[in-house]
Amino acid sequence: MKKFIFSRILQAIPTLLVIATLTFFMTRFAPGGPFDSEKAIPEEIKVKLESHFGLNLPLFEQYLLYMKNLLKGDLGPSFKYVGWNVSEIIALAFPVSLTLGVCSLIIALVIGLPAGIIAALHKNTIWDYLPMSLAMIGLCLPTFVLGPILILVFSSYLKILPPLGWYSWPDLILPSLTLGLFYAAYIARLTRAGMLETLKQDYIKTARAKGASPSRVIFKHALRGGLLPVVTFLGPAFAGLVSGSFIIESIFFIPGLGKFFITAAFNRDYTMVLGTVLFYATLIIFLNLLVDLLQAILDPKARQES
Amino acid sequence: MASLIGLLGCCLTSCTPPSNVENALDDQILHFGLGAEPQYLDPHLASSVSAHNILSALLEGLVSEEPKTLKPIPGVAESWKISEDKLTYTFYLRDSAKWSNGDAVTANDFVYSYRRILNPNLAAQYASMLHVLKNAKDYHEGGIPWDQAKVGVKAINERTLELVLENPTPYFLELLNHYTWFPVHPPTIIKFRAFERIGSAWTKPGNFVGNGPFILSDHRINSVIEVKANSLYWDSDSVKLSGIRFYPIEAVDTEERAFRTGFLHVTQTVSSDRIDYLKKQHPEWIHFEPYLGTYFYRFNLNSPPFDDLRIRKALNLSIDRKLLVEKGLKGGQLPASTFTPPETGGFTGKPAFRFDPKEAKELVADYLNDKGIAKLPPIELAYNTSEGHKKVAEALQAMWKKTLGVEIQLLNMEWKVFLSTISNRDFTLARAGWIGDYVDANTFLHMWRTNDGHNNTGWSNKEYDQALKLAEQATDKKERFRHFQKCEDLLAKEMPILPLYFYVHVCLRHPSVKGWYPTLLDHHPYKYVYLEKEDAP
Repeated sequence: MKKFIFSRILQAIPTLLVIATLTFFMTRFAPGGPFDSEKAIPEEIKVKLESHFGLNLPLFEQYLLYMKNLLKGDLGPSFKYVGWNVSEIIALAFPVSLTLGVCSLIIALVIGLPAGIIAALHKNTIWDYLPMSLAMIGLCLPTFVLGPILILVFSSYLKILPPLGWYSWPDLILPSLTLGLFYAAYIARLTRAGMLETLKQDYIKTARAKGASPSRVIFKHALRGGLLPVVTFLGPAFAGLVSGSFIIESIFFIPGLGKFFITAAFNRDYTMVLGTVLFYATLIIFLNLLVDLLQAILDPKARQES
Repeated sequence: MASLIGLLGCCLTSCTPPSNVENALDDQILHFGLGAEPQYLDPHLASSVSAHNILSALLEGLVSEEPKTLKPIPGVAESWKISEDKLTYTFYLRDSAKWSNGDAVTANDFVYSYRRILNPNLAAQYASMLHVLKNAKDYHEGGIPWDQAKVGVKAINERTLELVLENPTPYFLELLNHYTWFPVHPPTIIKFRAFERIGSAWTKPGNFVGNGPFILSDHRINSVIEVKANSLYWDSDSVKLSGIRFYPIEAVDTEERAFRTGFLHVTQTVSSDRIDYLKKQHPEWIHFEPYLGTYFYRFNLNSPPFDDLRIRKALNLSIDRKLLVEKGLKGGQLPASTFTPPETGGFTGKPAFRFDPKEAKELVADYLNDKGIAKLPPIELAYNTSEGHKKVAEALQAMWKKTLGVEIQLLNMEWKVFLSTISNRDFTLARAGWIGDYVDANTFLHMWRTNDGHNNTGWSNKEYDQALKLAEQATDKKERFRHFQKCEDLLAKEMPILPLYFYVHVCLRHPSVKGWYPTLLDHHPYKYVYLEKEDAP
């Protein structure tokens, strides 16, 4: 197991280097630069401005310099939020996205898992159709529709929850719900499918035949196998959740990472694009590793393969 | 059952915390929709409206603005004297002007500040605003050291500042209210080594030392910028607000929701799709205010068919600007028949850009005849991605198709791609907009000078350059306006551009916001603003 983890970490290093290199050159090949604006700057001033940020050096030299600083853990200054370092901004924005992501995930699991299990156990009855129809609606309803609807109901009419912002804990409820319900729908469907698949297996029949109680069959035997597709999905889903959702952040005006990630590209904030991309990549690599480990625990077959 | 729900509703409502707007009647905190997060909070580096909105709370220049007309009234300077030739301004600074750390604001602080922004090594984007000072350009762009350049700024003593101008500039005092002319606190700049360095931490809360009615108390990126009343401000007794919270909400719909739920007092803008509805349902919220800006299109004179005046003219003549504004935009914009908006610093150009489809057709026929072709080649129209720009472009596309039979291909571009396309002059026809920096026709007309960084049309006219130069030097108002008119005439004659409409600032504002007046530059000096129950007179 230790060897497995170690080799995966070793693999991650070249992956990140390739991502950093590709991102670096791709952002530079996009037309326009961080200091272009509608009110044009005289050329000589632009040159000076660029030299403040080392943008006047030959591209390859800039690349080497960036990589050198990156190895030291320095992501450089942001061009858009002047006076702030990229790592400083990530340190501020990531906890926000993480909190929101974790809350949404909890909501998604708390709603999605039981719904999926109930549906699978009562296949083709009202207890299957009802949660699955709701899940279908949840999947089809985009967050940019659900979010404003929730605001309308809870903030405009009932006036019990704040409509937007990130200043006190009630601010967390509506965005987590918006994001969580979407993932709950997904998880419910995956759980149902996984459970149905497992319930057909011979070892479940054996367990039943041996007289195991229904709850023991479900929780001890069926759930382990039934949850595998959910676990596979959770890795990237969790990475997506905690790295921030641009749409949710825009609707609820939340200072999370998603907005920095997206707007950095529009602003040609080179260092910010690189910083957020690398951060996101690292997160995905780490979470995928975590998922593989979890799967190994849940699934004896996967354990043998690894 | 119904009563149960009603009871539940009551319970829930009674434990609802009051909204920002309700609270504000007691705590006098203004909640302000800022639009975009400013790139800099350094007045010498700033370049945006949102930066102005914050900096005008934190800093004060030699003069300040009368809230209704924006006329210059005493600021740090309690009085001033203007020489006969209108070239020398002597400002007498008030004793009570203090920095937020208790230091006195002195004449030397202004000298230091002007020297800093003009320092070529700082690479300040807006430093050219100070080129009206004598020899400032030589120091800023000519590579002449400060000691030899003799820039027209001198501290006669601690409390007396003398500014000498290159030309008599009738709008000079108004100009002083632009943030580029705001002072910075020299010891703070020195402490953070920010004199010629971009990106130091002096503008962060706790570090920022200002001399305005408010001090910076919190800054969370993409979340909130908070300022609190400054008790050391010389006129702190007349400041009624206890603080302002600025929210950089970029999504227009989110901003409107924030307003409707009592989170904001003022929004930065309103989605054009919502104007009709809000006008009908909430006339008490929506405000249309004239704004000093022109929306226009640029022709690229090096790119056929726009190298030919007849085509530029034909395109201009075949647009019904009134129809565009009234049926297409519906935001109260004014159709543009000149480039400079009317009544800009007292100057109104003679209407010249008009609608005459018949003449337009004749011009095109004449052109086609000359060139021996049957119809005009398709023309590409570039604009940056936005629903509003698309709407205008589509309306014009239809008008040109109808009148001239010309195919217009719409080309939408991402903002930075668009900017680089324009500055590389890699377009045929492109959308543009210009917002005045100060209330004088010069802020509009100077961009069409030969080789001006904003020209980008390839148009150059010696007479125009000369007329603008003469306007700069003129001391007599009538004479200045005559030169401005000459410039407008030349633009209308050669048509390197296609003016469409003059901007209107549309925003939502809660009726409890008092002491806030519509102004051309959308400036609202905060020290006059207060919050009072809506039904109060």
